[in-house]
Amino acid sequence: MLIDFFYTLKKAQLPVTVKELLVLLEALEKQVVFASIDEFYQLSRLCMIKDEKHFDRFDLAFGHYFHDLAMIEDFESFLIPHDWLKPDWIKQLSDEEKAQIEALGGFEKLMETLQKRLEEQQKKHQGGNKWIGTGGTSPFGHSGYNPEGVRIGGESRHNRATKVWEKRQFKNLDGRAELNTRSMKMALRKLRKFARTGAADELDLASTIKSTAENAGLLDLKMRPERHNAVKLLVFFDVGGSMDYHIQQCEELFTAVKSEFKHLEYFYFHNCVYEKLWKDNNRRWQENISTWDVMHTFGSDYHVMIVGDAAMSPYEITENFGSVEHMNEESGLLWMQRLTNQWKKMVWLNPVPEEYWSYTHSTQIMRKLVNQQMFPLNLNGLQDAIDSLAK
Amino acid sequence: MTKFTGSEKYVATDDLQLAVNASVTLQRPLLIKGEPGTGKTMLAEEVAAAMGKKLLSWHIKSTTKAQQGLYEYDAVSRLRDSQLGDAKVHDIKNYIKQGMLWQAFNAEEQVVLLIDEIDKADIEFPNDLLVELDKMEFSVYETGETIKAIHRPIIIITSNNEKELPDAFLRRCFFHYITFPDKKTMEAIIKVHHPELKKNMLNAALEVFFEVREVPGLKKKPSTSELIDWIKLLVADDIPIEALQNKSIKEAIPPLYGALLKNEQDVHMLQKLAFMMRRQG
Repeated sequence: MLIDFFYTLKKAQLPVTVKELLVLLEALEKQVVFASIDEFYQLSRLCMIKDEKHFDRFDLAFGHYFHDLAMIEDFESFLIPHDWLKPDWIKQLSDEEKAQIEALGGFEKLMETLQKRLEEQQKKHQGGNKWIGTGGTSPFGHSGYNPEGVRIGGESRHNRATKVWEKRQFKNLDGRAELNTRSMKMALRKLRKFARTGAADELDLASTIKSTAENAGLLDLKMRPERHNAVKLLVFFDVGGSMDYHIQQCEELFTAVKSEFKHLEYFYFHNCVYEKLWKDNNRRWQENISTWDVMHTFGSDYHVMIVGDAAMSPYEITENFGSVEHMNEESGLLWMQRLTNQWKKMVWLNPVPEEYWSYTHSTQIMRKLVNQQMFPLNLNGLQDAIDSLAK
Repeated sequence: MTKFTGSEKYVATDDLQLAVNASVTLQRPLLIKGEPGTGKTMLAEEVAAAMGKKLLSWHIKSTTKAQQGLYEYDAVSRLRDSQLGDAKVHDIKNYIKQGMLWQAFNAEEQVVLLIDEIDKADIEFPNDLLVELDKMEFSVYETGETIKAIHRPIIIITSNNEKELPDAFLRRCFFHYITFPDKKTMEAIIKVHHPELKKNMLNAALEVFFEVREVPGLKKKPSTSELIDWIKLLVADDIPIEALQNKSIKEAIPPLYGALLKNEQDVHMLQKLAFMMRRQG
């Protein structure tokens, strides 16, 4: 009755419900397909999955359930965000360290440890010698050095002929699952104030009655502007470097805002806003957009949220050519001033708890630059930020 | 029952056929997503034609309300008529205008109903249609009558992914994502539109097309409909096959590129690429 299959999908964190399972069973009963695993794959995907971003996870779970993926560890590996495994830097190890790795034991022990660590680990990790991530000497992850290591991500281990679900052609459509965004949604909903703008196209009954009465009973229609969701939001995300630890929180916020707004644009930056922004973090050096263009495109009626930890060297803000990554001809300070001049409604959300802000000089500079409108990235802080925007 | 297997003008992949047939058999709406230009809207037309059913299209705009799909009550003209003493004012039915859903429910035989680009409407729009699509009935408040579908229509809904659709709505639909066709499917599609095209010409054109799609950073990648238009132009202008063969797009911009690239920044990008290649070469 496919109940195990259903639970496998559930375990893969796919949003499936009993109703969808019943539909699938109904379809099987009516013999929409029969006796073909490929057709069953298509049918079950059609019934159970409602968003292409879940296709990849479904493919894996399906393969897992039908015992066609060679190893159970593959099933676990997709729970690691792919981003953790990008080779940001490669570390050369000493002979001593290499010797340590040799001592870690056989393959099976490695797999066992991997599963245990997957359960323990919560964040992206680089370097170090225990957690999974890139570089470093842990036996798990890639681009590091460990002769016995297990590669996660990167190229496929099996090159044999693949079944449809093993092709995993939807891999790049996979977004983060929507986790714990409910409370954030609740707060963000407040942003959807119903501004009365636009053309008059709704009958105003009260004033029609009034003016008809004044007109001695002759009909006199009064119209009023219709309500609609008019809030426009622009979000800048800080990625890379010190922000990697906060990436999960940021992505939760991002998932939440994406579905709430009609006018929502987001851009990425690193540490401080300079002359370039980008929309796809994987292609940030190829596809970026001039900050001037962004400022010219989005009018001053946009509300702006900046998400970042504002933790950097003070020179990255105050000095020309201060950026750690490139030669910025104009200082971050100047760019931040331009942004605040353009958008009066601007808040900064900081994932670092508020009590630590005073220890970082750059955080204080930033806070001053955004007119003290810096709030911690938790529910209360978000609420305050929204109140400040909606004022 | 007839099974949908594509048509002379429309190439449907196996999984798309299965999706259509499942939604026809189980009488549930089918939600179609996919890159622009992969034939989402055309699907409904072709399903209707292939099954010999009438097609009703409801095109959604940002101002469309769910209620408009059911019916609209024109209170204003009734009020006016009452002041002018018109006789038809006594029957409220004269002022109720049927929407697309009503027409589909009331049709003598089963019809295909296309709800096109549902994501253009307000966020709440799909939620307002939940019961109507589930039970296929609704009541008219003004007259008190209940409209129930005589034959449950085949409903095809398209979305361009501009907004996320609510879960409750998604649970009531079948979902199919039209992937970008691979080279073999693409060949079949071109064959359907240009049966007279020579094999080597087709290959050359496809190669250029897929190469253009590979160019990093294009704002709008050319899709199936652009390819078909482009080939139409190539044939009409009698472009010799040599113009397409053995040339990387990096060396020369393809002829009549305006049909493939709709964005001047993309054209500019291609020109820059070609310029850089020449300089290096």
